[in-house]
Amino acid sequence: MTSPAVEDLLRTLAPQVLGVLVRRHGQFYACEDAVQEALLAAAVQWPEQGLPDHPRAWLVTVATRRLTDEWRGEHARRAREVAVAVRQPAYATVAPPADEEPPGGDDTLRLLFLCCHPALPVSAQVALTLRAVGGLSTAEIARAYLVPEATMSQRIRRAKQRIEAAGARFTLPSPADRDERLGAVLRVLYLVFNEGYAASSGEALHRAELTAEAIRLARELRRLLPDDGEVAGLLALMLLTDAHRAARTGPDGELVPLAEQDRSRWDRAAIEEGVALVTEALTWSSPGPYQVQAAIAAVHAEAPTAGTTDWPQIVSLYRVLAHLAPNPMVTLNQAVAVAMVDGPRAGLALLEPLDADGRTAGHHRLTAVRAHLLDLAGDRADARAAYLAAARATTSLPERRYLQARAARLAGDGPR
Amino acid sequence: MKYMLLIWNRPGFVEELSEAERNAIFGEVDEIMKELSESGELVGGEALAHPSQARTARPAAGGGTEITDGPFVESKEQFAGYLTVDCETPERAAEIAARWPDVRHGFGVLEVRAVMEQAGTEM
Repeated sequence: MTSPAVEDLLRTLAPQVLGVLVRRHGQFYACEDAVQEALLAAAVQWPEQGLPDHPRAWLVTVATRRLTDEWRGEHARRAREVAVAVRQPAYATVAPPADEEPPGGDDTLRLLFLCCHPALPVSAQVALTLRAVGGLSTAEIARAYLVPEATMSQRIRRAKQRIEAAGARFTLPSPADRDERLGAVLRVLYLVFNEGYAASSGEALHRAELTAEAIRLARELRRLLPDDGEVAGLLALMLLTDAHRAARTGPDGELVPLAEQDRSRWDRAAIEEGVALVTEALTWSSPGPYQVQAAIAAVHAEAPTAGTTDWPQIVSLYRVLAHLAPNPMVTLNQAVAVAMVDGPRAGLALLEPLDADGRTAGHHRLTAVRAHLLDLAGDRADARAAYLAAARATTSLPERRYLQARAARLAGDGPR
Repeated sequence: MKYMLLIWNRPGFVEELSEAERNAIFGEVDEIMKELSESGELVGGEALAHPSQARTARPAAGGGTEITDGPFVESKEQFAGYLTVDCETPERAAEIAARWPDVRHGFGVLEVRAVMEQAGTEM
């Protein structure tokens, strides 16, 4: 078996094995470490020696052995410290049953809720989800987030400590908390997706893989929660966004805006799947923010050219989105759509209140949208100044390059 | 989001301190570094040798380049080192900077600069 195939299998099995161990022994912290070690052992052994007959049972056995070794070690240490003989604990001698539980999706779901626990900062939720549910190694996560492995390792350790300190249980949230907790899970998956999607083509592959991993986890979540419209919406949004991947950067790695992308390079299969998902979800689910964003992406995807985009439809969808999830970033996008229907001045008017909003005042996205609308309005001098201001405010190199190029087009009498 | 905390201080200020004061300052640095390591926020950092050991490459007056001894900036405070942190918010990065002993004891300033990312989304 080739290593990539082994890797895929290990990532699928990771949450199942962790679920078995946590259910059996409690102690999420120790079980998670043990599973991670078993995964690393499998990643080395399986490609060389071939797959075991029962890969999942193999992982459960190896992880359980690590766990009991760990406990024995702790006991031995304590025994030395207090200089008393202790009997080997009973749980260390319990042989793991070969394959006790069927691969249960509930475990994966419980793990997702646990990893996205509100006691954790978002960056820790992301790291822990990728490791405990995604089955990625600390080294892989560290490479994807461009930090040293020791840093990521500490972040994960701290996250697990906080989960223990918060007394979080390996259960599904109560119905009262469910929506909010599921919202946190969806946000984490979306963040992982965006981190990968935004990665420049020149960057290590590890980052781009985050996109595939997020889509994989969203598919898994959809399988577990087929009746949740927002889960379907999130998966659709990811697919419809990822469909632009090949067209979103030019030959030199420069960002290409949606309106200028070569639509023949969009991934049609991903678009079809995404459109079908969101269309179907909207027939039975009450619309949520992810479904509406996916619906907006679907309208863009279905336009054969930028010029034939159904902007009035997009404006009404943004109105729904602004109602469901009022947020200045939504207003920004809404302003662009309004400008396409009612003219740039109408869009600019929508931006004005955002200058007084602490979340957007001085934000490079606000300035960039203003620059774009001023540009459309033919106000070259102000547009150029706004593009340059946005270029100074962004912390992204490709965005800075794009904004500077836009500004340069407006300098003097250069071509537009 | 990654931030670089640039430490600017007056070269040689450490020499004027008593041993107890020096130890107290190093202790404060150790404590912050330990906290940042444990929280998973510390990405890296380096302290720089005394500016008298610096050399500066610059364009030469008659074209080409030249290398001169000493730092480029002739100011009271010199660039002494940096640490890179990966924080949830810019406020958190600024809070770490404000706790640095150079700032707390008036030996220098810390400049908090966001690090540019290679990633970006089309607009």
